[in-house]
Amino acid sequence: MKKISTLALSALALAASLATSAYADQPVIGLITKTDSNPFFVKMKEGAEAEAKKMGAKLISAAGKQDGDTAGQITAMENMVAAGAKTILITSSGDAIIPTVKKIQAQGVQVIALDSPFEGADALFATDNYKAGVLIGQYAKAALGGKKPVIATLDLFPGHPVGAQRHNGFLQGYGLTTLEAKSNELAQPAEVVCMADSFGDAAKGQTGMENCLQKNPAINVVYTINEPAAAGAFKALKAAGKEKQVVIVSVDGGCDGVKNVGAGVIAATSQQYPLKMAAMGVAAGVQYAKDGKRSSGYTDTGVTLIAAKAMKGVDSKSVKTGIDLCWGNK
Amino acid sequence: MNYRAGRVTGPDHTGKDMNHSNFKLPPLATLGPLIALVLACAFFAAQSDRFLSTQNFSLILQQVMVVGVIAIGQTLVILTAGIDLSCGMVMALGSIVMTKFAADFGLSTIPAMACGVAVTALFGLINGLLVTRIKLPPFIVTLGTLNIAFAITQLYSHAQTITNIPDGMNWLGNTITFGNTTIVYGAILMVLLYIGVWLWLRETAKGRHVYAVGNSPEATRLTGIPTDKVLLGVYVMAGVFYGIASMLTVARTGAGDPNGGQTENLDAITAVVLGGTSLFGGRGVILGSLLGALIVGVFRNGLTLIGVSSVYQILVTGILVILAVATDQMSRKGVR
Amino acid sequence: MSAEHTIVMQATGLVKRYGQVTALDGADFELRAGEILAVIGDNGAGKSSLIKCLSGATIPDAGEIRLDGQVIHFRSPLDARRAGIETVYQDLAVAPAMTIAENLFLGRELRRPGFLGNVLGMIDKKKMLQESIARMNDLKVGIRSMTQAVETLSGGQRQCVAVGRAAAFAQHVVIMDEPTAALGVKEGNMVLELIRRVRDKGLPVVLISHNMPHVFEVADRIHIARLGKRAAVVNPKFISMSDTVAVMTGAKSVADLPEEALA
Repeated sequence: MKKISTLALSALALAASLATSAYADQPVIGLITKTDSNPFFVKMKEGAEAEAKKMGAKLISAAGKQDGDTAGQITAMENMVAAGAKTILITSSGDAIIPTVKKIQAQGVQVIALDSPFEGADALFATDNYKAGVLIGQYAKAALGGKKPVIATLDLFPGHPVGAQRHNGFLQGYGLTTLEAKSNELAQPAEVVCMADSFGDAAKGQTGMENCLQKNPAINVVYTINEPAAAGAFKALKAAGKEKQVVIVSVDGGCDGVKNVGAGVIAATSQQYPLKMAAMGVAAGVQYAKDGKRSSGYTDTGVTLIAAKAMKGVDSKSVKTGIDLCWGNK
Repeated sequence: MNYRAGRVTGPDHTGKDMNHSNFKLPPLATLGPLIALVLACAFFAAQSDRFLSTQNFSLILQQVMVVGVIAIGQTLVILTAGIDLSCGMVMALGSIVMTKFAADFGLSTIPAMACGVAVTALFGLINGLLVTRIKLPPFIVTLGTLNIAFAITQLYSHAQTITNIPDGMNWLGNTITFGNTTIVYGAILMVLLYIGVWLWLRETAKGRHVYAVGNSPEATRLTGIPTDKVLLGVYVMAGVFYGIASMLTVARTGAGDPNGGQTENLDAITAVVLGGTSLFGGRGVILGSLLGALIVGVFRNGLTLIGVSSVYQILVTGILVILAVATDQMSRKGVR
Repeated sequence: MSAEHTIVMQATGLVKRYGQVTALDGADFELRAGEILAVIGDNGAGKSSLIKCLSGATIPDAGEIRLDGQVIHFRSPLDARRAGIETVYQDLAVAPAMTIAENLFLGRELRRPGFLGNVLGMIDKKKMLQESIARMNDLKVGIRSMTQAVETLSGGQRQCVAVGRAAAFAQHVVIMDEPTAALGVKEGNMVLELIRRVRDKGLPVVLISHNMPHVFEVADRIHIARLGKRAAVVNPKFISMSDTVAVMTGAKSVADLPEEALA
């Protein structure tokens, strides 16, 4: 009797300790996006949640109130660390988060940047936005077939690194004078006759395009910072009866945007992979929790050129491929 | 005391009454934005030969039509010494409701748009009830409904833009051609609405009561005007105008955008302030808000034409707002 | 002195309590036709509560008020107004940014005839202006333009507008709360002159005032309120200012006054 009870007791104890240790072993990963409303971040969060579930990790998420709300992101970081997160994945709204990042890194937390780079992150999983621009620049040049380019750019807003990289990369791909990938300024060679800020928004993209057309009705190429801006530009061109003569290129690869490529609204778009960024981030978090090894360096999460019509000399994938890989509601 | 053959006159008298209705120059607060607009146009006309054309002006008109109509509602609220911080978000909610009702329930254009306006009017009613019944300050109330409207918009739309809208919803974005200028129907609607509300405020008793409530709530109460009813009416009317603005934004962009309305929020208030309406209530001409909206539109258009960054537009807007409020203050300093 | 005085407004045994405080403790009141009756009293004497009951701003807990012999129950200032009693409040109740004409007709705007007025609610600005000119001329108020904003007027002129408005619409009684307070000598006299004209037009005036010289200058009788009651009604022609103040503060009792001082 004594043996059995001792055995039972120790079995119970073992089971209990296993249970608690398993619970204690579940890595806690925090995800902080710029906003909750941009579909890009909505999909990123979904991707992170799916990956966390698969790998047995716990994901807590938060977001700033709007693009640029670094204070909200800082508060979220502190709360997550208090809640036991050992890895924080963050799409930075601005460099104001850097001091807090340093502080929690000193406490043993791994901080990984997704999509938007910032100094001091352990690792960066992001699109090469410059390359994204280059691809659509090359496509646009090929699509124009040797005609003299009269270019309008619908940018994000001044000073944003992603906006600058895509814009300058586009010009590089087109073979025009431009700035390098590190620059935050927007290059403006003579072929660019109009630059307007769209803030990534369809309505403002439409207004920007209208004003650019008023300035120079001969515009035949439009670079846009993202697909909503491209949709707005298309509306303006259509109202002016020019939608067939103008090549619109964009970046993002969301499902709505790829559908627009299929519909002839956008000629080509560089598709980026927020779910991949999120998944890689979660995996890095699990790794760190397991063996304390921090991730490092920059990992290019890939960019694919999606176009309805293939052009000679430019490698692009079909719309169907784009839909298969797109993020958003298919 | 001045005793003149049994008459009593005030200090600045001539002894006789000149009581004819003399033509009054519009107050400085409204003349100011008109001058600013003319100067801005002159400047841009000089800098770019593509500015001064009827087509370009038609373009600017349609670019400001959404903010312009929101500003009508906002002006009414500000005239009562209130403020409505929820205007842009409520408009976005309205645009999502009408497009989703059409897409999900197959409603045709008119019923769907009516539902959208009903929702925005409902938010106006909520704002008005909280201000009049619970006596909460409008700033606080509309700050709350701003967030509520935004959240409902995001949740209901699942952060997705709705693009499959019935054809009828595009009509306000279509154009009519006069000679070689195209004018958007929505812009015409905006101008008609401004004229209508201007006449209502000037020529009807209920319109004058709006000014009275803003200028002196105590006086209106003591003279028997139902102050709470006037305020409630104003907030509901504002909600209706936000609904009309949502019709215009859907027609212009051809979609229901859940992220719309965020900059329109502050843009509408800016238009009202630039137009000379006093934030303290009771003073202002509603046509001024149209001028205010046009000033912002002219700068945005003009700066793009001359190739200057949009950040300068924001800088100029800020300077103009301060000038507008300062002018209003100074023009009243001469008054005892 | 005529033994017959038509009594326009009368109150008996008014009681009003605010929690522990008794503002009116069985107060009486009588206003005769064609007179200016000044109501004076120290703070806490109950004169503001009395006036509020008469103007409909407060409902008394007990007591009776009669207007032209009929018992009346005012539930709001609007009721009093409808009964023909107009009140000029201390803060004037004018909208400063609006014109004199608009202020005169605030809440009682004249509509245009026919469809425009009845359905659309459009106001007849021309008629309102003409009426304003006529009524102000009637009272010999010399303000240059009825289309100027009230805030451009001096304090005295604004008071004249408020008094003029009350006089223009009153049918039975005009009540004025501290009309000459915050006015200079010249302007104060201007308002007093206007008050006389209102009385001369046939409207009795109830005048609340702290300003003894003004009271003695215009009042036909003086109602002295003290401790929530009516202490006495005196005739300014037969009593000195200092005696009046003494009764008001309680330093002198009513019994000590000579017969002709009472009115």
